[in-house]
Amino acid sequence: MERRIRIALGRPEPQGSRAPEEQPTPDVGSASIKLKTVGLNVRYGGTIALKEINLSIPDNRVTAIIGPSGCGKSTLLRCFNRMNDLIPDARVEGKVLFNDLDLYAPGVDATEIRYLIGMVFQRPNPFPKSVYDNVAFGPRINGYHGNLDELVEESLRQAALWDEVKDRLKKSGLTLSGGQQQRLCIARALAVNPEVILMDEPCSALDPIASLAIEDLIRSLSRSYTIIIVTHNMQQAARVSDETAFLTAGADRAGFLVEHSNTRQIFTNPTDERTEAYITGRFG
Amino acid sequence: MRVRSGLDRQLRMLQDEVLMMGGMVEKSIARALDSLTRRDLEAAEQVIREDDYIDRKRFDIEEHCIDLIATQQPMAGDLRILISILHITVELERMGDYAEGIARINVLMGDEPLLKPLIDIPRMAEKATSMLRRSLDAMVNRDTLTALQVCKDDDDVDALYDQIYRELLLFMIQDPSTIQRATYLLWVAHDLERIADRATNVAERVVYMVTGRMEEINVSKY
Repeated sequence: MERRIRIALGRPEPQGSRAPEEQPTPDVGSASIKLKTVGLNVRYGGTIALKEINLSIPDNRVTAIIGPSGCGKSTLLRCFNRMNDLIPDARVEGKVLFNDLDLYAPGVDATEIRYLIGMVFQRPNPFPKSVYDNVAFGPRINGYHGNLDELVEESLRQAALWDEVKDRLKKSGLTLSGGQQQRLCIARALAVNPEVILMDEPCSALDPIASLAIEDLIRSLSRSYTIIIVTHNMQQAARVSDETAFLTAGADRAGFLVEHSNTRQIFTNPTDERTEAYITGRFG
Repeated sequence: MRVRSGLDRQLRMLQDEVLMMGGMVEKSIARALDSLTRRDLEAAEQVIREDDYIDRKRFDIEEHCIDLIATQQPMAGDLRILISILHITVELERMGDYAEGIARINVLMGDEPLLKPLIDIPRMAEKATSMLRRSLDAMVNRDTLTALQVCKDDDDVDALYDQIYRELLLFMIQDPSTIQRATYLLWVAHDLERIADRATNVAERVVYMVTGRMEEINVSKY
């Protein structure tokens, strides 16, 4: 699995499986920066959607992005793995640095980026294939040479789904419940060994119990992965994230970053009154 | 309809309830002192009985806070208001207990006359009550300056307590037969000193409510 970007970043090929439980969570504050936006602007045609976003995402942490509808949270999230490239009139200015490498520099392969920076969407979207094939899909097209059965099991275990599906790996992924489907999508993202997982409202289509299961999963994955989650559910942001970034839209409807701090601070004593108004439900 | 107007109204009601409880405590302190000055045991018994109302009020406010936390998921400033009120009501309830304690000392003294006319003790009561009143004003007005001043004023109450302690000690040294009656008054002064300490705690909670800073602003000598 020769990967140009891994070489460019000096990152070694993955060796063996990860064991998230064995890795202690480092102290907040000592974390290095995994992703960083510098003067990021995003336009859709003539409309500016995001303005001057300077945001640093720490490694092996969960960062929540919150803000009212239409403030550009999902747009920002999509900048991190160049999903906006798929929107014809979207234009991205400024820099998005991933391990200090500019994701938008010429020669960077967007498809490669999307393996390293995986994404989980609002509605679970398993392929109409078996549970096994859903997870094996990415590694297969990457030409994975290792033991695929082991990789599938490992990915499903990390997604806290293995015990529930080990006896029906050949059944269609669409036969699973909504919460299981979402965990299957997470397992699918994990199978290609990403460094970052982007989650765009991953629980909005799930019932409360399935949502809490995903939240537990996010916490356990954060030991090994950098996770960025966009959520409308503030209690969820407060529960799962280490850091929280609050975005809002100005009079010109362009989204901008109001405050980014550790989650405890944001939810108990935010610095900016606009954050306070949003957090307490008085605005947005 | 304005967003969250329901929660805003509930928070205002809750604050009014705290003010009402503060008024009950203030009245209890004043009546305990008055009954002591007049050696009115009947009035003292009433203070003791009516402390139950203060205790009940504390639980009512607590339940109201818990309801709001469970149903409204308050965050940031709202959360700090509710957490502060939970603490403040505990402080008020304890102040009520000290007022009850003064009434009990009065009852305990029975027919014995006061060792001396009360001069500094009513002064202490007045200062402690003023601290209580101003700490709650600071809560209503979100006024940290007043809250900080309340914390500073605790030193004056401590100084009065020192003075009373020295004076009563002299009585006891000069005439050991006064030990019992002097001790009663010392207990009263101690209860008042504790009331002032509790008012300081209320003021500290007000600072937290407004700023999010949690700190002990003035550590009492006692």
